[in-house]
Amino acid sequence: MTDSPIQTVTWEDKVAVVKVAGDIDLHRSASLQHALLGLLDEQPSKVVVDLSGVPYMDSSGVASLVKLLSRTRKLGVSLVLLSPSQKVKSIFEITRLNSVFTITDSKEEAMA
Amino acid sequence: MANVKDNSTPVIQVRDLVKRFDGRAVLDGVNLEVFPGEMLVIMGGSGCGKSTLLRNLIGSMVPEEGVVEIFGQNTLVMDEPELDEIRKRFGILFQSGALFNSMTVGENVALPLKEHTDLDDETIDIMVKIKLEQVGLRQAEDLMPSEISGGMKKRAGLARAVALDPEILFYDEPSAGLDPVTSAEIDYLMMDLAKKLGVASVVVTHEMDSAFRIADRMIMLDKGKVLMAAKREEFETIRDGKPTGDDTKDLIRQFLRGDSEGPITRRRQAGGYEEDILHAAGAR
Repeated sequence: MTDSPIQTVTWEDKVAVVKVAGDIDLHRSASLQHALLGLLDEQPSKVVVDLSGVPYMDSSGVASLVKLLSRTRKLGVSLVLLSPSQKVKSIFEITRLNSVFTITDSKEEAMA
Repeated sequence: MANVKDNSTPVIQVRDLVKRFDGRAVLDGVNLEVFPGEMLVIMGGSGCGKSTLLRNLIGSMVPEEGVVEIFGQNTLVMDEPELDEIRKRFGILFQSGALFNSMTVGENVALPLKEHTDLDDETIDIMVKIKLEQVGLRQAEDLMPSEISGGMKKRAGLARAVALDPEILFYDEPSAGLDPVTSAEIDYLMMDLAKKLGVASVVVTHEMDSAFRIADRMIMLDKGKVLMAAKREEFETIRDGKPTGDDTKDLIRQFLRGDSEGPITRRRQAGGYEEDILHAAGAR
């Protein structure tokens, strides 16, 4: 699958909610990274990356999100990962990045 | 494609594998299968054929007979480019770590990412740090292989083996030469990769503590044949039980327990020593 991993981007005030869909692996990480970093040009106060539609993510996907996290921190923008599947949570656990990211299953919490 | 969705289809299937050296069968009709997320331990004494089996599985050796299917494709009829595509989907941890001595630890881990992906350098740097952290070696990123211990080399080799998030991992004696703590750490990392990420694992080892810690299923090889293939619990029952009088079970029991007496010892003693020495004496 090489189509765009970004399904929708919706804005609530200055919060960008990005719905990602499909596997995020070596073939699609660069495309996801490009789209997410491009979003920062819109100057959001927060980016919520909704991962509920991602069945699988490999470490290239995780690295892409690390790059996004690094950029958002520099810009003072919050980043939240919303509703990753158990399998995707596992890749964050196994790479010991589950405590580096803000990860939640609650949309309200993510938007707060 | 890095996502194995169907856990009921084997990712490795071997049928009737025969490998001969100078006419002597080192593998003699081996059958096995491995499923996603499963850890299969292959064990046996020195010269039983376990390393030869591993080489046949990874495609570095071609058998005389039989079929090796990986991801449902017969690797024995593939040309090199097709094999390379399959190889991207599996990782191998060699006994020594097999690092390139002219590169730093980090460069070793980055190598498969640079060779096989279009990822930019910054993303690759992040991935290298992630992989090294996974094996507890992040601080060693800029060191040369000559500056680190054998155990660290093995961990660096594992970081490189998992660089491309493989669906299958082959381990050749992963515990050999490691202290007990490092060995246990590697075991738990291997289990994490299998259980949390669904990586199928084939582990060749004769370290029984490690084997019983990690295995879902085990295969005991002897003289190139599969003596027994069963769940770990069945091997535990044989190990912990009393001798049965059944030569096969007692041989497995002796191997698992590391006893100095038993069928393996008797077989060695009955190796024609008397004939040999008398023949040598008569030859003069």
